[in-house]
Amino acid sequence: MRPFALIAVLAAVLLASGPTYAVDPTEMPTPELQQRYHGLTHELRCMQCQNEAIADSPVSLAADLRRQVSEMLIAGKSDDDVRNYMVARYGDFILFRPRVAPRTLWLWSAPGVLLLIGAAVAVRVTRQRAKLVEQDNEPVEEDIRSS
Amino acid sequence: MNRFILPLGIFALLAIVLAIGIKHSPEKGTIPSPLIGKAAPQFTLPVLTDTNRTFRSADLKGRWYVFNVWGTWCGGCREEHSALLEIRKTAQVPLIGLDWKDEDPQALQWLSELGNPYEVVAADREGRIAIEWGVYGAPETFLVDPQGIVVYKYIGPLTLEAWQTQFVPRLPPQQAAKS
Repeated sequence: MRPFALIAVLAAVLLASGPTYAVDPTEMPTPELQQRYHGLTHELRCMQCQNEAIADSPVSLAADLRRQVSEMLIAGKSDDDVRNYMVARYGDFILFRPRVAPRTLWLWSAPGVLLLIGAAVAVRVTRQRAKLVEQDNEPVEEDIRSS
Repeated sequence: MNRFILPLGIFALLAIVLAIGIKHSPEKGTIPSPLIGKAAPQFTLPVLTDTNRTFRSADLKGRWYVFNVWGTWCGGCREEHSALLEIRKTAQVPLIGLDWKDEDPQALQWLSELGNPYEVVAADREGRIAIEWGVYGAPETFLVDPQGIVVYKYIGPLTLEAWQTQFVPRLPPQQAAKS
């Protein structure tokens, strides 16, 4: 088989296999609900297979939780209602994006604190270097000649 | 010497933070339940052994009970079954089963083959009640007090050792053993 034909066949197989990855065929009645459903099912963790969102997980508990999300949205609940419902039963761990709360404050503030430490170190280092240059007041040519 | 203090301090701080993280990281499969200390979810479901009857969890009010979530598709449930039978024999506290997302005939066959440790088994065919209880993998076993408050949750196949060390101390003595 010629290389081009082989590539074409592989590409065709790849394209054809794409849709089979979608584990969730749910269709919501309106585009707005569909969008919120899509968002929520991607931010809720599948507790059985802990690094997947319920949107991507083929296990039956994930399907049950998706059904729960869909029913709550159709019943007119807000996104936060759904999140609160899940957290009340499964704990904070079910949210991929932790909430800002007293016990997660250190988590949320860590990047800022680390940035400040980095900035302080950077300022100190540049100041020290600047001081070294000030002390070294011989012209550059002198440096070259003396070395 | 002075220039070592800052890096050393940062290193020590990092080590402490990581040590706390490792110590508190949940072992796979044991995520603490937010239901502990809260009211157990109320439900009404058909009774597995007699589907004309309904079981109301509200009827358990005023009694201690052990709530065990299982299914015939669950390997760990087969593993813990002998422990449940033993608990049924020795303890006063009733075992209430929740047959989670199961086929009734298979579940009935399971009970007749392996023995039935439960006072009653509720059939949660659609898995809705399991979600109310925050169940994410069978077997899971809860202890509920007479006020209907969830006192403890055990995740994974129950053993007699876990029963003795985790459940018995939380129960009044007359519930933990038959007189």
